[in-house]
Amino acid sequence: MKNSPVKTIVAIGIGAALFFVLGRFVAIPSPVPNTNISTQYGLLAFMAAIFGPVAGALIGLIGHALIDFSYGWGIWWSWVIASACFGALIGLVASRLSIEDGEFGQKGIITFNLFQVVSHVIAWGVIAPVLDIVMYKEPANKVFLQGLVGGISNIVTTAIIGTLLCVAYAAAKPKKGSLSRDR
Amino acid sequence: MRNIFNYIDRPSPIHDLTGATKLVCLLLWSFAAMMTYDTRFLAMLPVLSFALFVISKIRLRDVSFMLGFTVVFMVLNNVLVFLFSPQHGVSLYHAKHVLFSLGGRYVVTQEQLFYHLNLVLKYLSTIPIVLLFVCTTDPSEFAASLNRIGVKYSIAYSVALALRYIPDIQREYHEISQAQQARGIEMSKKQTLVKRLKSAGAILIPLILSSMDRIEVISNAMELRGFGKKKKRTWYMARPFSRWDILAMILSAGLLVTAILLNVRNGERFWNPFV
Repeated sequence: MKNSPVKTIVAIGIGAALFFVLGRFVAIPSPVPNTNISTQYGLLAFMAAIFGPVAGALIGLIGHALIDFSYGWGIWWSWVIASACFGALIGLVASRLSIEDGEFGQKGIITFNLFQVVSHVIAWGVIAPVLDIVMYKEPANKVFLQGLVGGISNIVTTAIIGTLLCVAYAAAKPKKGSLSRDR
Repeated sequence: MRNIFNYIDRPSPIHDLTGATKLVCLLLWSFAAMMTYDTRFLAMLPVLSFALFVISKIRLRDVSFMLGFTVVFMVLNNVLVFLFSPQHGVSLYHAKHVLFSLGGRYVVTQEQLFYHLNLVLKYLSTIPIVLLFVCTTDPSEFAASLNRIGVKYSIAYSVALALRYIPDIQREYHEISQAQQARGIEMSKKQTLVKRLKSAGAILIPLILSSMDRIEVISNAMELRGFGKKKKRTWYMARPFSRWDILAMILSAGLLVTAILLNVRNGERFWNPFV
């Protein structure tokens, strides 16, 4: 099923609002003090899988920028851009899975998770730290470690929450060709 | 919690500027502060933003909560930088003036302290201005201003939708969370990490699936009203530019030009008093 452009616009808006609420208020305490596990990347992967890479990029961009705005610490552009890139990357692959048609079996789960790991590695292992160095001139080993920690926790949350969401959504959708004509 | 973005409606010259002007100024200011590490320039910006705070009649206690976050973030970042790279300043300023040693590779140098000063100034020159923007710009005008500075109106509308639905989604999250907790899910530190994530799933799945329905309803309503048929649209909250708007934008552009000129004169992004 092809989504209409209006639906994509609304999905970006609502997706960014969800991203914001999850990032800002759904804080799961993690074992490391003062850090929370960000559940919003599971949502971002799911939305990108349904609505495609453009929606994924914009949800990441708007949602993350709004979070930064609301905390008032200025927009940390390098990480905002990394969020947008993750949305775009996972959207490129995952939107080819036909979750909208109610199909998300073992093969879908494996593809989805494989590419979410790859996208997270690119976003937090490469894009965020490199931009930190270029834009803010921070020491390299510090930003790469930050990227690594953030990346791993995001991979775990996406694997659990993203997969759960895709399975639940696919189960709620009628399967393609599930209706047959009575003869 | 309606006022999540902390907009404070209080008549002042800054509030009177249009949202588009404030957004342009914010962007120019942030680029200027981001580009250069010239300490003199960075030291000037916090003074300037303090003056703007006085003009805008935003008081310190209005923003103290947000400033608290900022201070924690700033301290944490500085400590991390020092732990990971105690000689970062030496490599940036190509000089080494040792003050004292903390043992091992943790030798405190003038250059390192100067780099930390720059880092702190960098926060102080970008964060107050963002706070000022958030406090003085009506969120509903924000979307209109995005369109004004050249962002496509469909994307500006997405931002407007996000701002409009954040309170609704927040309320819904709260309701679902309490309903699930009444059924015995646990999200605090008492549970193992995987259990906690799974219980987060038990809240998020109903929330997100109901949001998918919401997307359907809203997009149908918008399509019925012919959204996206024309190339342009008007905004209820848009206002024409006044003389002050133009002046504010010229001044901010001046900041950016100064930053670029300083970079050219210093030959690099850092102002180096050591060599």
